[in-house]
Amino acid sequence: MVNLEIDRVSVRFALKGATVEAVNDVSLTLRPGECVALVGESGCGKTVLASALLGFLPGNAETSGSARLGDVDLLAASDHELATTVRGRRIGLIPQSPASHLTPVRTARSQLEEAARVLGGDAEKAAERAGLLPEHLDRYPHELSGGMAQRVANALALVGNPPLLIADEPTTGLDRDLVDGLLDEFRRLVDDGHAVLLITHDLAAAHKVADRIAVMYAGRIVEVGPAHEVLDNSKHPYARGLANALPERDFLPIPGQPPLLTDLPAGCAFAPRCEQATEICEDRPVLTDDPHAVACHRPC
Amino acid sequence: MLTGLGITAGYREPVITDVSLTVHPGQTVGLAGPSGSGKSTVARVLALLHKPFAGTVEIDGETVTGYRFKARQRTKIGVLFQQPRLSVDPRFTLRQAIAEPGADRVDELAEKVMLTGDLLGRRPHEVSDGQLQRACLARALALNPRYLICDEMTTMLDASTTAALVGVIRAYQQESGAGVLAISHDATLLGRWADETVRLSAPLPR
Ligand SMILES: Nc1ncnc2c1ncn2[C@@H]1O[C@H](COP(=O)(O)OP(=O)(O)OP(=O)(O)O)[C@@H](O)[C@H]1O
Ligand code: SF4
Ligand SMILES: [Mg+2]
Repeated sequence: MVNLEIDRVSVRFALKGATVEAVNDVSLTLRPGECVALVGESGCGKTVLASALLGFLPGNAETSGSARLGDVDLLAASDHELATTVRGRRIGLIPQSPASHLTPVRTARSQLEEAARVLGGDAEKAAERAGLLPEHLDRYPHELSGGMAQRVANALALVGNPPLLIADEPTTGLDRDLVDGLLDEFRRLVDDGHAVLLITHDLAAAHKVADRIAVMYAGRIVEVGPAHEVLDNSKHPYARGLANALPERDFLPIPGQPPLLTDLPAGCAFAPRCEQATEICEDRPVLTDDPHAVACHRPC
Repeated sequence: MLTGLGITAGYREPVITDVSLTVHPGQTVGLAGPSGSGKSTVARVLALLHKPFAGTVEIDGETVTGYRFKARQRTKIGVLFQQPRLSVDPRFTLRQAIAEPGADRVDELAEKVMLTGDLLGRRPHEVSDGQLQRACLARALALNPRYLICDEMTTMLDASTTAALVGVIRAYQQESGAGVLAISHDATLLGRWADETVRLSAPLPR
């Protein structure tokens, strides 16, 4: 098994009269036997990054940088190569909002069995591991509850036993028991030498299963380090504000509006909302190079 | 008052049996319960989108007579679903989606739900799931609902945006006296958000 080496990846979308800077200069290494959680404000670029790794970006997107998985650069590979050798085989994707990705005219069972046949897996086992009962499988997508559709998507991503799993909000609609079951499954995969990139708003889940947490703001990684350090001892003012907004903590929002990705400031993108901002923040802070890294001129 | 009385409802078979629930004006009631316990079915019945097998729904003292397209009283109730992608017309820009019910306050509402101006001209596939959910909240508030039903509204949102939107809904309740039914798996969230919480029990194993 090999590392995923994301190196200076940026993604831009061209719109009429504007460019959206959705992902900015992201570098991250994911090793076999490691789970990294990617967290951050809604709209900060998490899903776009995941889509870039699997070649699922729309036509108006432009990427730069590289994402190497062994001998393939995922950003340079052709769609044919990704479809036949990468998706489902080397990288499993649990997409966000899975109900809109399932084929409406086929039962969950037929979709899962086809995936199992193509990828060489065991449909029954994957369904069971995802917490589905056999009777759920005979339903059509519109007959599935949100949480069931989520479990079907989880089973579809796991059935080919890919060494790297990218899970985009995989706990949506699941109750605590099911979330715990899924996290245990992720932990088993990781202990078996798989790698998991978990994109989530559920910071408790991230805390529980991830080895490291990366915090994104305005398309950049602003803090990355050991899970408990990042959540309980955040260095970046944004990461601190995010952790404190949890209902078990202050339950207060970070003041101000989210950044305009079509018109980002030259310096720190968090400055308009940051209590600690001073003049130096007009220069863009760079991510430090230590095990608990932060991109901030005046870390907490 | 929004009341469900002895509601039994489901699809082929009932998923909820004899459920009663009341939301008073200005109040926030939490609805919790494990996956499959029928929380979304309760939401759909109270939003007059799904006809129950038995039981009645009353809105401000008036018994509901029609469900789905026949439902005259439905404009009194706003609903937010767990998956915004399934509830927005993909051809509409966010501005059109928010204005769809005939609102002229799009910019004001957008700012409240923290949607920056650049997003309003985009279509659903050009924004993130959480951004789309925020547009759905703006659309729901545009109708000035007497009652707002939030079915797992915040699972697509980060902690800070969740806290902000709960604040937006509370402010709306303050000025309008609207009642809210907040459905979530997250007991801690409901503990902070709701005045009281009702629990549905697990479905019987079949
Ligand atoms: N096709 C597109 N064209 C233009 N902009 C886009 C497109 N797709 C996404 N975006 C923008 O890129 C940014 C990042 O979106 P992304 O979906 O990655 O957010 P996210 O971090 O996954 O958010 P959430 O937590 O809400 O899922 C957003 O501001 C979004 O509006
Ligand atoms: S660089 Fe400055 S503005 Fe940015 S987070 Fe740090 S202190 Fe705040
Ligand atoms: Mg996303």
